[in-house]
Amino acid sequence: MPTTTIADHEVEVNDEGFFVDAEQWTEEMAPVIAKDYEIDALTDQHWQVIKFMRQEYFEKGTGPTVRVLGKTSGVSVKELYQLFPTGPAKTAARIAGIPKPRGCI
Amino acid sequence: MDLTKEKVSIVISQGSLEGIYPGLIMANGARAEGMEANLFFTFFGLDAIHGKRYEHIKVAAVGNPGLHFATWAGGIPGMSSVMTHMMEKKMDKFDIPSIPEFVELISDTGAGLYACQASVDLFGLEKDDFIEQVDSIITVGEFYEMAAGGHIIFT
Repeated sequence: MPTTTIADHEVEVNDEGFFVDAEQWTEEMAPVIAKDYEIDALTDQHWQVIKFMRQEYFEKGTGPTVRVLGKTSGVSVKELYQLFPTGPAKTAARIAGIPKPRGCI
Repeated sequence: MDLTKEKVSIVISQGSLEGIYPGLIMANGARAEGMEANLFFTFFGLDAIHGKRYEHIKVAAVGNPGLHFATWAGGIPGMSSVMTHMMEKKMDKFDIPSIPEFVELISDTGAGLYACQASVDLFGLEKDDFIEQVDSIITVGEFYEMAAGGHIIFT
């Protein structure tokens, strides 16, 4: 597994850059990863989604898809795409330090 | 990181449940990956965005070997409704959205929804016959202009 340095910490990631071990993530890494997606500042709404992603991942073993996020995170699908234009579930998962969500719909 | 957006244009040409879902899943999945996606509904595929019909899309019970029963049985009156009901129950169990919900979701993701001009003329339809999420009625030439530089998937 390749490693990368984020906010002065070395973390294990897969080929797509997703964290292998979600426990290696810290909050200070989120804004650094977000820059990769041209998100310059994380708003409260971004954080709401990021924290929700982690919570779901630790409860269910996989992060939610966009549809599930839209139904359960308190942020609508339209808003999710405004917050994370490069794909809400995928981008938020990477910023939140969890593996890419699996699920087709 | 390379954030160049890929683009996909998906044509939905069939009006059966099994003919519509794959294109919707592909479009929704493309947007989830951050790709640009447009859906183009043509021929019987128009039913998927027809305000009075999109809630009543059925499984094709005749000539569908995938259902694994005799062809003559598929022709029994009501068989298509029974098969559709069974399929919908199964899909609900896996939390797969109904076609109306799915089409609205895809529109919310920012994908474009377009109706084919030739088919709209052929069936004597108008813009008002379609759900409000439909962006416009376009010609095949306009479709190709929109699809230029990306992938095209025909279903």
